[in-house]
Amino acid sequence: MGLLTGLRSSIARAVSSVFADDEPRRIGIYGPPNAGKTTLANRIVRDWTEHGDAVGPESHVPHETRRARRKENVEIERDGRTVTIDVVDTPGVTTKVDYTEFLEHDMEKEDAVRRSREATEGVAEAMHWLREDVDGVIYVLDAAQDPFTQVNTMLIGIIESQDLPVLILANKIDLEEASVQRIRNAYPQHDTVKVSALEGNNMNEVYDKIAEYFG
Amino acid sequence: MPEIKPPGDGDDSGGVQIDLISGERMEGLASMEKIRLILDGVHDGNIVILEEGLSPDEESRLIEVTMSEINPDEFEGIEIETYPKNDSGSKGLFARLTRSSSPKKLTVIGPANRLETLHKDETLIQTLVS
Repeated sequence: MGLLTGLRSSIARAVSSVFADDEPRRIGIYGPPNAGKTTLANRIVRDWTEHGDAVGPESHVPHETRRARRKENVEIERDGRTVTIDVVDTPGVTTKVDYTEFLEHDMEKEDAVRRSREATEGVAEAMHWLREDVDGVIYVLDAAQDPFTQVNTMLIGIIESQDLPVLILANKIDLEEASVQRIRNAYPQHDTVKVSALEGNNMNEVYDKIAEYFG
Repeated sequence: MPEIKPPGDGDDSGGVQIDLISGERMEGLASMEKIRLILDGVHDGNIVILEEGLSPDEESRLIEVTMSEINPDEFEGIEIETYPKNDSGSKGLFARLTRSSSPKKLTVIGPANRLETLHKDETLIQTLVS
């Protein structure tokens, strides 16, 4: 890196830190169950924190995340400046929870019932965070699924009504049946960025957009 | 204003009771009263159709209250359908400043174990009631 470039970068970082808000912005990762929210949260935290601890366990079983979890002070560097955010991984939002679905994942009834109770509390908690405690939203959708669901329509409407900045991610583009365009058609009023949080594909564009939207 | 028929009789005949609630009736209610009216009907196995829907904030609270009332083997939640909102990008500055979004969108709500969505797009909602 040339002296001039290095100097420019240092000045940019200094200016950024002087003018940055004291509190990092809390960015909620929202979406329906099994969209890959925790996989994304873990990917962001592992990419930008020294120890890279996971935010939470990842699973194919729905409602693996049943409590909102916050990872504080994640510093993302883009073009010589640093954007500091708190990553809030939230439980998948739904309007119904049927414990018998968990029985299909080799769970005993008692465990399935407990999981469903925790899942309902988690969804309520996620809604509360959305109304009170987040400054921006990363909305994660499984690009292999139909985006025209009521939960997606309602949640994006709720986010818009609060004037929160929102970035839509079309996740799981590593799957053959994924369609990013279907999501773009469903929510044309928002930017949609394609990504595979699992494989780490296109994360650079995700970080560019995070810096642009939430910096 | 006509009163809504008390729910509960529909099941006896094997039929399904449908509550069509006008915008005028909902207009005079507080948010929690609206949510209570909807969920009481749904708990009784009815399909509730709102002429003018709920505001985003009310939808958020409806999800939250629904979650608190889910009970294994008794109530597994709600199925809800509205037309997707597609005008937010073109909403006027005044409406955005005052947040006076008009929620006027037909909304169908029912017990998750009785109402199933078959198809939905910007102009059509097809559901199956069992």
